[in-house]
Amino acid sequence: MNEVDPKACPITANHIKVALVGQPNVGKSMLINSISNAHLHVGNFSGVTVDKTEVLFDYEEYSFTVIDLPGTYAFTDYTIEERVTHDYLCAEDYDIIINVVDSTNLEKNLQLTSELLTMSKKVVIALNMSDEALKEKITINAKYMSELIGVPCVQVSAVTKEGIGELIEAVIKKHENVRNKPKLFFSEPVEEEIAQIVWYLDKHKFESANTHRNIAINLLKNNKKTYATLHDEPIWTELQPILIEASQHIELHHDSDDIKEAFAEEYAAFNRGIVAEVVKQGMKSVKRTTTEKIDSVLIHPVAGIPIFLFFMWSLFQLTFEVGAIPMEYIDSFFIWFGETLGATISNDDIRSLIVDGIIAGVGAVLLFVPNIIILFIGIALLESTGYMSRVAFLLDGFFHKFGLHGQSFIPLVTGFGCSIPAYMSARILKNDRDRLLTLFIIGFMSCGARLPVYVLFAGAFFSPEMAGNILFLIYISGALLGLAAAKLLKLTAFKGLDEPFVMEMPKYRLPSVKLICHTVLTKTMMYLKKAGTYIAAASMLIWFLSNYPHNLVLEESYASMISKTDKEDVKSKLKYELDEALLEASYLGRIGKFSEPLFAPLGFDWKMSVALQTGLAAKEVVVSTLGVLYSLGGDVDEGSSSLMGAISKNISLASAIAFIVVIMIYLPCLAASVVFTREAGHIKYFFYLFAFTSITAYVMAFFAYNIALFFT
Amino acid sequence: MKTLLDCNKTCVVKVIKLNTKGDLKQRLISFGIMKEAVLEVLEHAPGKSTIEIKVGKMRIALRAQEAELIEVQKI
Repeated sequence: MNEVDPKACPITANHIKVALVGQPNVGKSMLINSISNAHLHVGNFSGVTVDKTEVLFDYEEYSFTVIDLPGTYAFTDYTIEERVTHDYLCAEDYDIIINVVDSTNLEKNLQLTSELLTMSKKVVIALNMSDEALKEKITINAKYMSELIGVPCVQVSAVTKEGIGELIEAVIKKHENVRNKPKLFFSEPVEEEIAQIVWYLDKHKFESANTHRNIAINLLKNNKKTYATLHDEPIWTELQPILIEASQHIELHHDSDDIKEAFAEEYAAFNRGIVAEVVKQGMKSVKRTTTEKIDSVLIHPVAGIPIFLFFMWSLFQLTFEVGAIPMEYIDSFFIWFGETLGATISNDDIRSLIVDGIIAGVGAVLLFVPNIIILFIGIALLESTGYMSRVAFLLDGFFHKFGLHGQSFIPLVTGFGCSIPAYMSARILKNDRDRLLTLFIIGFMSCGARLPVYVLFAGAFFSPEMAGNILFLIYISGALLGLAAAKLLKLTAFKGLDEPFVMEMPKYRLPSVKLICHTVLTKTMMYLKKAGTYIAAASMLIWFLSNYPHNLVLEESYASMISKTDKEDVKSKLKYELDEALLEASYLGRIGKFSEPLFAPLGFDWKMSVALQTGLAAKEVVVSTLGVLYSLGGDVDEGSSSLMGAISKNISLASAIAFIVVIMIYLPCLAASVVFTREAGHIKYFFYLFAFTSITAYVMAFFAYNIALFFT
Repeated sequence: MKTLLDCNKTCVVKVIKLNTKGDLKQRLISFGIMKEAVLEVLEHAPGKSTIEIKVGKMRIALRAQEAELIEVQKI
């Protein structure tokens, strides 16, 4: 026995490395979550997992590493995510494959399975969604199926956690056993050709890790990697004519000039055979399925789009209306907290740092947690029910006119939550040009971090009844602007042919409360964590920049002026002037003053200019900057100590509109810019994006400002 | 020659030929759209720009341009 503790060191005899493979949306990530209590992101559309993820866990004396691979329909390199899976399976080192299949759609799923069986790897099949299959009166004879294809098949349900133990046992058993050959048979003509090649390889005692049968199949399927390996072998010269003849025979038999198509038909025939043997469909109901019934309304040619717009409008209405309820309490809590804490600190500078810097800055951001939660719930519902793909279907025609792909909709909607996962999910687009175009547009979809800025300004200038509509209007106009920008880019920078649109529409699923809670909680925690660390640090920095250097000359001159007068109102007016003058003389004030001329045509004062610049780091910082600047600056009226009040008093409506326009369009944040650069593949694209968004933002804000000035 | 695009809603057809090659053909095949496969037209998006079909138990959305490449026969 191995003496090393298996839990201390995963690379031992008892370590099993599992590759989790399956078609998209069959519940791979969900299965890992059930097995190991991990928390991988789960949704109901293809392309949730776009990169491989590793999960480690222990089971009895074994330690497991499971690699969750992006879903793939077949062994092709059609999209980036499929390439990730294909490359991993072919080139990396792992012990066993768990092939996850959807029990309710076995025939379709076996297409990938049959390709996996020609890989000479140990395979275990997880017949997932057995609970749903039961509901649809589908029974699968797993034992018989295991015998037929020579691979263990286990019925599991990631949702109810049924069969998870059996699955792990099967994996361990398969891992311990010597490889038994999967049974995958083709039609007689193809088998003859395979036998011919196998005979030739046997005769020459060709040595390889893969079986001769699999080599023969891969050669006939035109597998490039197999060709590459054999090409340098001496037997190649004799093998080649045999291969050419064999391919011709198969193509002739299938009446096709495409060997890949011929093999796809062979696999399909094999799969039909398996399904006919092992699957029993009880009493096929003549009634339409639930999904069909829902679809007849939601993707109705006339009503579909209005229904979608109504959903979105309701979401933003809710975001504002419901989100506003706890806001007041949070706001007054932070004011109280700042005052109470401030009273205990004697040092003026430290008190100012804590109360005006950290508490004002972080408090301004935390104020919007309720709104963020509602928005995240909406997006989680959209993701997990399967509605997302329907909207892609409805909007493809419309999107296509603007040079975007229907599937671009998925990253774009994700962009309403956060731009970072949105940039990642653009990987579902195959064509690089379409992908880049989508990457450029994602920023136009206002992310959750911008919501605080909008809520702040909408609340400051509009009545509560109108603010929700304004919010909806901001988001919609951002999206429309994005479409216009897409058209512009498509006509200029990204000219070219369109990518085909072929997309699966998943079944509707009722999302589990647990799943929604979990997704929303994770995202909210991320927001809070950001507020506690990044935003707090930024607030401190902004506080420092706005308080230093101390201008003693200014302070003294005002102090003497204040002492000369007796009238209280003159005193407070002088005090206010001093605060303003001090702020303007600070580092931040100097930066603001320096850049003010640049932003003057848009109607921004120097405080707004500074907020926009700090907002490049993250959009929440815009709010905290304004919070710090306005709490330091002269806020004479005692009644409105809140930021919203300060803004409505100090900023004109036209400037506010221009400000929102800039926020809508310019770069999301530093972190998103890094991810964008990585996904786009070159730093030059970042500079293009920066120039493109900044110029667009400036021009649009200029127009917005002047139009608004004209009307007000 | 009749293509999938010519089919009306609720029409059930059999695939005769895929008039395409390369990646798109592979993609269609990997979705189960291949010779002899039975397809049902479920829904058209506004303006018939996109159509929803059913292959086996899977629902798939296709753009008109792609549907036009699929030669079918009524059954």
